[in-house]
Amino acid sequence: MTMALTHLQRLEAESIHIFREVAANFSKPVMLYSVGKDSSVLMHLAMKAFYPAKPPFPFLHVDTTWKFREMIAFRDQMAEKLGFDLLVHVNEDGVRDNINPFDHGSNVHTHVMKTVGLRQALDKYGFDAAFGGARRDEEKSRAKERIFSFRNASHAWDPKNQRPEMWNIYNTRIAAGESIRVFPLSNWTELDIWQYILQEDIPIVPLYFAKERPVVERDGMLILKDDDRMKLRPDEVVENRLVRFRTLGCYPLTGAIESSADTLEAIVGEMLTARTSERQGRLIDRDEAGSMEKKKREGYF
Amino acid sequence: MRHVPAKTLEPSNEVRDYLAAQEKKSLLRFLTCGSVDDGKSTLIGRLLSDTKQIFEDQLAALERDSRKHGTTGEDVDFALLVDGLEAEREQGITIDVAYRFFATPKRKFIVADTPGHEQYTRNMATGASTADLAIVLVDARQGVLRQTRRHSIIASLLGIRHIVLAVNKIDLVGFDRVTFDRIVAEYRDFARDLGFESIMPIPMSARYGDNVSARSERLAWYQGPTLIEHLETVPVGSASAEQPFRFPVQYVNRPNLDFRGFAGTIASGSISRGDEVVVAKSGRSAHVKRIVSYGGDLQKAIAGQAVTLVLDEEVEVSRGNMLVQPDARPQVSDQFAANLVWFDEQALLPGRSYILRTETDEASATVTELKHRLNINDFGEEAAKSLEMNEVGVVNISTRTPIAFDAFAENRSTGAFILIDRITNATVGAGMIQHALRRAENIHWQSLDIDKRARSDMKHQRPAVFWFTGLSGSGKSTIANLLEKKLAATGRHTYLLDGDNVRHGLNRDLGFTDADRVENIRRVAEVAKLMTDAGLIVLVSFISPFRAERRLARELMAGGEFVEVFVDTPFEECARRDPKGLYARALRGEIKNFTGVDSPYEPPENPEIRLQTIGRTVEEMVDILDDWLAERDKAETQYESGGGI
Repeated sequence: MTMALTHLQRLEAESIHIFREVAANFSKPVMLYSVGKDSSVLMHLAMKAFYPAKPPFPFLHVDTTWKFREMIAFRDQMAEKLGFDLLVHVNEDGVRDNINPFDHGSNVHTHVMKTVGLRQALDKYGFDAAFGGARRDEEKSRAKERIFSFRNASHAWDPKNQRPEMWNIYNTRIAAGESIRVFPLSNWTELDIWQYILQEDIPIVPLYFAKERPVVERDGMLILKDDDRMKLRPDEVVENRLVRFRTLGCYPLTGAIESSADTLEAIVGEMLTARTSERQGRLIDRDEAGSMEKKKREGYF
Repeated sequence: MRHVPAKTLEPSNEVRDYLAAQEKKSLLRFLTCGSVDDGKSTLIGRLLSDTKQIFEDQLAALERDSRKHGTTGEDVDFALLVDGLEAEREQGITIDVAYRFFATPKRKFIVADTPGHEQYTRNMATGASTADLAIVLVDARQGVLRQTRRHSIIASLLGIRHIVLAVNKIDLVGFDRVTFDRIVAEYRDFARDLGFESIMPIPMSARYGDNVSARSERLAWYQGPTLIEHLETVPVGSASAEQPFRFPVQYVNRPNLDFRGFAGTIASGSISRGDEVVVAKSGRSAHVKRIVSYGGDLQKAIAGQAVTLVLDEEVEVSRGNMLVQPDARPQVSDQFAANLVWFDEQALLPGRSYILRTETDEASATVTELKHRLNINDFGEEAAKSLEMNEVGVVNISTRTPIAFDAFAENRSTGAFILIDRITNATVGAGMIQHALRRAENIHWQSLDIDKRARSDMKHQRPAVFWFTGLSGSGKSTIANLLEKKLAATGRHTYLLDGDNVRHGLNRDLGFTDADRVENIRRVAEVAKLMTDAGLIVLVSFISPFRAERRLARELMAGGEFVEVFVDTPFEECARRDPKGLYARALRGEIKNFTGVDSPYEPPENPEIRLQTIGRTVEEMVDILDDWLAERDKAETQYESGGGI
């Protein structure tokens, strides 16, 4: 009898191999947990990679203080259910200066609360490797990144001088202060992620499913009014609409789409006929051309 | 702006059927390569566009970018879709490999769009290492170029067996069949010895879409498949499942005393519960008790699966070892021949110590012999002393500890390795193993009854190596000479290895190129090691300009025996002293490769002892060294007698 692995089995095996490579080679790895669907898949794969042991590293959430409330509730619930070690880091300097997406714009907010916050956390704990859930199909600078992506002592990525990455032999050697960002989902597509969530029955934040939610139309996006920190402009009204999110981040920067897809099958069905890419729901990528590459060079995931 | 809800498929059944069909599709990983401006990125843009992988917002961004950076006038410049880095778009070139994903009703594809510039060959190799097929693009106006050949050779060495020869921009030669036939004949002739299973030549225009996914009426004379048709039907190997079982152990999973599992990915073959396996390096055998996976234990697992194996007996296995089939074992050796592709700006130097890494194993390694370099144009063999960046050669490699492997031609997973620079940690080369060298199998360590300890006890001393490094004329030999006199006066047994003296005998065949300097130091380090084995205190007085070789010497010696002494005299002072008149001649250009003049000196970063010579007498400096030795011996005596603990 000849057996062949299915597409998802191959992707899963590759990701597990990457997880184990990090555990075997680094003294202080961490998994960046962003609470989104890709993080949910990443977490599920980490559980598989080390079973029957627990993943031998903590999970770190860099909280910008502007995440959807449902994301925070889901995060805490998952940490309790799976029993992993959850670290939450907030850039207190940013909080003190009241950095927020409304007054400072997405660029400054993301830089201070996310990129700088992440750098602070990595330095504070001295992590030498950090897993992220980025995929190569998301954005064109990500399409260029290695699975084991080297960062210098100031966390910067040098896209013009990446280490060659041959076969599945990863160069994990670094000097003191340097680190590696590791992307186990590099070769997954958005469809693969949804398909895997469906197949494995992986829990995700309910915001991905359609529901009547209070939204405001602003700058061509539907923004969920998640709390009172969002002040309405004169001509704006809050409307209850049937919406869901294709991607999750800070609520003032994340656009909802109108949709009635309230099951995983319906979400996949909708995606198959979609005509816009996933990251369009994110304001941060539209700020300027090459903006993702710029953020990554500064240390963003 | 009003948001229109996206149209959805009928949920549940239709979606489930669709997904089930997706799961059955096979995957083809391929790359596009060839010379600069042959249209690689444009072809990928065309493939993505024709297979409906480009979303509306991406298309809008593309049209915007085309106006800003595009090179195609009024038309959409598809290359901008894959050239994702700012520097790439500004310069209009591809620097690094981009991975793109698309699917047709028959197959899924991951395509690596790789750069054509020679200086980025390592990024092309990165893309090729995980590919099953290469599309080699040729500009119909240019024909087969140097990079066409280099990429084909690298693709062949990296194990790619299927080639599509895409004769692109055929519109610019008037869809001329004679031109096409001439290029195909030339390529076939060149590629005859490259071992490809299939070469499929296709005339096309990536820019206008001819023969990419749609058959071109303008190329009516061409009867073969379109590119997409060919990519959908070319056979992809799942041959690895039929090969002997190989399980490189990646991670020992030991959450508690009751569980000890070996985690890894099955490189080839299959394994079932109860099967006998052998530990490659020790030959010990055991049976598979469990195949652990998260969803429950498995009866059987095959190549490509990441599993955790539990054995029925306690055998010694750690990361880097391999569990294998008893009747078809891999080779275990510390010497082998390999093809090597060099990536680094610093040339490969035979004799220099690198770190060799296989999928899970790691060992110190040196290239003991560069047998020849491959000529990119005709695949011919040329003599060479070193490999420069982007060159390909055949080498013999020696590792400090044996590794388990198969020939790369038989097993792409267990026959590959990379080399890493010890100082910069850069990935400097990629290797494909050909075969073990016979001499490694036949030479075993003799165990001797009188050992190092016995020899040094007789001399009432602990061995040591004082390694003096510094510029010519810095004072190394003067200090070493006086130190030896002082040690000898107190009854210590010593030997002084002097750079100039050794070059009259053992190293008389070596010159002063970087490659020869590396070999010079390697030999002296080995001699010093033998002398410590004889129980001696060895004084090595060599310029030894490179950190990598001094580190090699350090790693050869036992802990606490190696004392790096940096004789720190500034260049100007050495040149002023110039005891042998060499600086004057070097500065006049009469001596080539003179350290500090036209050959680099890399000062030690953390020497045990640093002697700043200016303002100190030789006697003072010798006292520092003698004190150091006394302190070390005192500390060791205390440790051995249990004192101080």
